[in-house]
Amino acid sequence: MKILTGNDLARGDVTWWTGSGWSRHVEDAVDVAETGEGIAHAEEGARRVNAPYVIDATATPEGPRPAHIKDRVRALGPTVRLDLTLKPADPTAGSWVI
Amino acid sequence: MYKYDEYDHSIVASRVEEFRDQVTRRLAGQITEDQFKPLRLMNGLYLQLHAYMLRVAVPYGTLDSRQMRMLAHIARKYDRDYGHFTTRQNIQYNWIKLEDAPDILADLATVEMHAIQTSGNCIRNISSDQFAGAAADEITDPRPWAELLRQWSTFHPEFSYLPRKFKIAVIAADEDRAAMRLHDIGIQIVEQDGVLGAKVFVGGGMGRTPMIAPEIKGFVPIEDLLSYLEACLRVYNRYGRRDNMYKARIKILVHEIGADSYRSQVETEFLEVKKLGLDPPRAEFDRIAAHFADPAFETGMSDDLDRSDPDFAVWLDQNTAAHKTPGYAIVNISLKPVGGIPGDATSAQIDLMADLAERHSFDELRVTHSQNIVLPHVKKADLYAIWQQLADAGLAEANIDLISDIIACPGLDYCSLANARSIPVAQKIATRFSDLGRQRELGELKLKISGCINACGHHHAGHIGILGVDKKGVENYQLSLGGSGAEDVSLAKITGPGFSEDGIVDAVEKATDVYLAQRAEGERFLDTYRRIGMEPFKEAIYG
Repeated sequence: MKILTGNDLARGDVTWWTGSGWSRHVEDAVDVAETGEGIAHAEEGARRVNAPYVIDATATPEGPRPAHIKDRVRALGPTVRLDLTLKPADPTAGSWVI
Repeated sequence: MYKYDEYDHSIVASRVEEFRDQVTRRLAGQITEDQFKPLRLMNGLYLQLHAYMLRVAVPYGTLDSRQMRMLAHIARKYDRDYGHFTTRQNIQYNWIKLEDAPDILADLATVEMHAIQTSGNCIRNISSDQFAGAAADEITDPRPWAELLRQWSTFHPEFSYLPRKFKIAVIAADEDRAAMRLHDIGIQIVEQDGVLGAKVFVGGGMGRTPMIAPEIKGFVPIEDLLSYLEACLRVYNRYGRRDNMYKARIKILVHEIGADSYRSQVETEFLEVKKLGLDPPRAEFDRIAAHFADPAFETGMSDDLDRSDPDFAVWLDQNTAAHKTPGYAIVNISLKPVGGIPGDATSAQIDLMADLAERHSFDELRVTHSQNIVLPHVKKADLYAIWQQLADAGLAEANIDLISDIIACPGLDYCSLANARSIPVAQKIATRFSDLGRQRELGELKLKISGCINACGHHHAGHIGILGVDKKGVENYQLSLGGSGAEDVSLAKITGPGFSEDGIVDAVEKATDVYLAQRAEGERFLDTYRRIGMEPFKEAIYG
């Protein structure tokens, strides 16, 4: 599957396209198939996202999992400071990236 | 400490308001990201993996407690309560909101700081020896010259759009504590027959094509230094590649046309530049230099120390350096706790270091290219009390120049350019060698890790260097040996195929085992490597 990501323009947060808006949680991302580039262009033009791009992902029971480690790090936060990630209470969160 | 004059205040304040307007227009959709990106980069604002990152300059690494507290304030108010000190004497904040950036720059301006020229194809923050003005071995304080270069290079109209970024380091001692010859231009202030001048090295750097800068001029009279540098930059600006960013650094130009040809063109250009009268009158240089006058050191101080606390004694031996004034010492504060993140400091730690500087170091601190902090002028009588306060704050790791004093770039945990994570590797190696006795047995061993080919972690200059690469989506780590960023400068050589994250830790340990088995009396790891060569290490590492 292909999912769309970017950063929030004003805050810089990593965001994921949900089909109708943007979420900080990759679990909310939807398959954009071949429509990603068009959505990215429109959303960037509307100033709702910065530097959007389409990535490959795998569907899992917990939601989409980015194919490349770089985007898994983006989805979670720094693996060396789990307190700064989206899953600060989960001591195993780092292994989700690797 | 240099203090801004009215021009400095004016241009920094103007830039803040200009950027505030640019941010407002970007947020309002009046300019696109393509239009805005070069503007934010001119103000040190990047878009990284998780958020915007702001890089703040600490010119030649020197700052006072008021400035240091402002760095803590920014970490606390606008970021996530910490900052990351870098190898170029900057600090980076990793979680900045675009909408806050103008306010941060305004706050910085109140303490004479900014983020100008911390990005872009211009002359970047001038770096220098973190022991400047304090070191027992320097012939003069290099910072007045670095400050002169800062003033010359800031908003220099001819050098605002160079072929690529440009980095200059200035030192004034034979011991190179600034990796001077791995800069685009390295300047060593020297004395010849009682006259000050500069050795000028041009065309060094790391990155994908590491090179050691050749000497271009053995002695430039100090009063000609600015004109000579102007000539060096002009030749680069004229001939540097603009068609291929990977070949655009001055090291490529100097390498391709040869040092002799480059030197010849610089000499010709210098004759023209000198006529322009760029070099400051002596009175202006003296005005600048007066800001760097020695503080009021007490005289007749004792060098005696009570070393009865063994932990304190180890810290003394490892983390303090000789000061030029009897009764004083230079204190290195390690930002490399075992298992920690190299270069990171919390706002509370930054505040504490500011407090210690104010009370015990004539209000001065330094940022080092090894991502540590220095208190340059400390009475030996105060060292025990300082050590205790540092220990309470987790800042008393006695590991300066040991294997756990690792330079590591932010890597894939933060940086959008990186291919592999650097910090976890640094943490695992530091943990493997956590026993301080073992580290001291190994002695001086500079280990440096980069998460991509750009080499922000200086892996080419590591006695042991590690480069993280992406191998089909999996992190892989190449080991290299034999680099040095010091006065015995050399570039590390790759041992062979790379390793997994855990495998690289084992490989480092095997390399140290070879050293321990083969070292001769008084040899550092680097010395043994240079004597016995790569083969014994390869045999041990790859079996």
